[in-house]
Amino acid sequence: MSLDASDVEKIAHLARLAIAPGQTERYAADLSNILDLVAQMDAVETAEVTPMAHPLHMAQRLRPDEPSEPNQRDLFQANAPLAESGLFLVPRVIE
Amino acid sequence: MQNKSIAQLAADLRLRTYSSVELTKHYLERIKRLDPALNSFITLAEESALAAAERADQALKAGDAGPLTGIPIAHKDIFCTKGLRTSCGSRMLDNFVAPYDATVVEKLAAAGAVVLGKTNMDEFAMGSSNETSYYGPVRNPWNQDLVPGGSSGGSAAAVAARLCAAATATDTGGSIRQPAALCGITGIKPTYGRCSRWGMIAFASSLDQAGVMARSAADAAFMLDEMAGFDRRDSTSADVPVPDYVDALDDDIKGLRIGLPKEYFGEGLDPHVARAVQEAIDEYQRLGAEVVDISLPNSPLSVPVYYVVAPAECSSNLARFDGVRYGHRCDDPKDLEDLYKRSRAEGFGAEVQRRIMIGTYVLSAGYYDAYYLKAQKIRQLIADDFKRAFEQVDVIMGPTSPTTAFPLGAKMDDPVAMYLNDIYTIATNLAGLPGMSIPVAPVEGMPVGLQIIGNYFEEARLLNVAHRLQHATHWHQAAPEGFE
Repeated sequence: MSLDASDVEKIAHLARLAIAPGQTERYAADLSNILDLVAQMDAVETAEVTPMAHPLHMAQRLRPDEPSEPNQRDLFQANAPLAESGLFLVPRVIE
Repeated sequence: MQNKSIAQLAADLRLRTYSSVELTKHYLERIKRLDPALNSFITLAEESALAAAERADQALKAGDAGPLTGIPIAHKDIFCTKGLRTSCGSRMLDNFVAPYDATVVEKLAAAGAVVLGKTNMDEFAMGSSNETSYYGPVRNPWNQDLVPGGSSGGSAAAVAARLCAAATATDTGGSIRQPAALCGITGIKPTYGRCSRWGMIAFASSLDQAGVMARSAADAAFMLDEMAGFDRRDSTSADVPVPDYVDALDDDIKGLRIGLPKEYFGEGLDPHVARAVQEAIDEYQRLGAEVVDISLPNSPLSVPVYYVVAPAECSSNLARFDGVRYGHRCDDPKDLEDLYKRSRAEGFGAEVQRRIMIGTYVLSAGYYDAYYLKAQKIRQLIADDFKRAFEQVDVIMGPTSPTTAFPLGAKMDDPVAMYLNDIYTIATNLAGLPGMSIPVAPVEGMPVGLQIIGNYFEEARLLNVAHRLQHATHWHQAAPEGFE
């Protein structure tokens, strides 16, 4: 499987990563090598195999939908790069 | 003091041979003097360590102390620690101070352990050499031109260099066992779900598991006794009773059936490493164990499967780093998309970005069946191989890593070569099984690890099997020159 620079640009956009134009060729080569490694999977016949959902076949636990944590907004926002009056600040999104 | 076992330290603390404050100061002095050469710590917690040591001394005086009370340890910097920076080895979290403690951190604190600091690691635990850390590589205490392994390279080097009595670590594809092997210490990755993942920064949620780095199986048992157990805050935590790991250490291993998978002794394994591993297996036979040849036919596919499953989960988990709520944010974003894209590109290193892109690609429209679904099917086949093997044997043994430690920089330009370091460890994570690495005879002065894999929730047996070898041999007692 071989990816080119334009594939990397598409993937980087989906992943929201700003890849510098000078780096796309290098990433294309690295990602292609990794996908070549992954291609070893193609040799295995898996039509009849059930895919693993959980290594120990455990079911996801459920709990009542009730609040269990106290409100700690100010504490959590102390790590925010930019916050004001309890709000996270981002560039304008609505003109 | 730094060469004593946890049991000896605990006994000395009870006899007031020295106090926990004195022991903590001793380790802090060693870290300041010796760690500049290794770079095994990202953050030191001198003040809070001494305060915890004082509390431990009071508990010891009051006769209210457990086996870990006053014992100085370190946490891999992937575990959230309240009030103490948690970087995960990334520029993204360089300024992140967690508002809460991880369950594992909380449990060890409740047991009275003293936290000396946070250890270096590959960025977001993605790496096998500790060279992807934003804080620089860790050097192997046995030879500082060589890597310590990864991703828990800081915890491994710190324990090997006697800079802490033991350390926490995590293992997604070999990140406890491979660095333990390369640094000559004992590491255990428990069964998936055995230790809580709450507060442990997520890389690949179906594979990640917390565990221990220590100088012996007995020391690891004291740590795991406190760390293991059900946690309602982790939705994948296993609600399975935890036995007493220390109690089981001395059980007899006569008649133990050891499976040797032929796939773990084939091409690619350094013949010197193979000999060292064989020497340890011979010792087990002298101790009364039987050897059975087995096969794990799908295990050679574990690396390809892992490099679909782990990046897929990583791309999803790391989507939370958006430059808005916490973590790195770029300067002067022109709009929201620019804020996301540049914050992430600046905050993540090259290996993390590679894995996010692979994960994004394999999960993108039209590729899901060919990659992720296919990988989860082969993952089931790999788990089935182990299931069949454990019908015949009690434990599986082989090398932890195909070679001893390699030079810094040797594999940084070739991601696939780096990934193949974990060829013997990854299958265990894919199946969710517990695994250990313990030191055996060195090769040209460099440590070699014997890997021991057990059936689900058989950590007690693994620690017992490791302890019996350490009781009969002295390989685990060797210390790197300059750090004795």
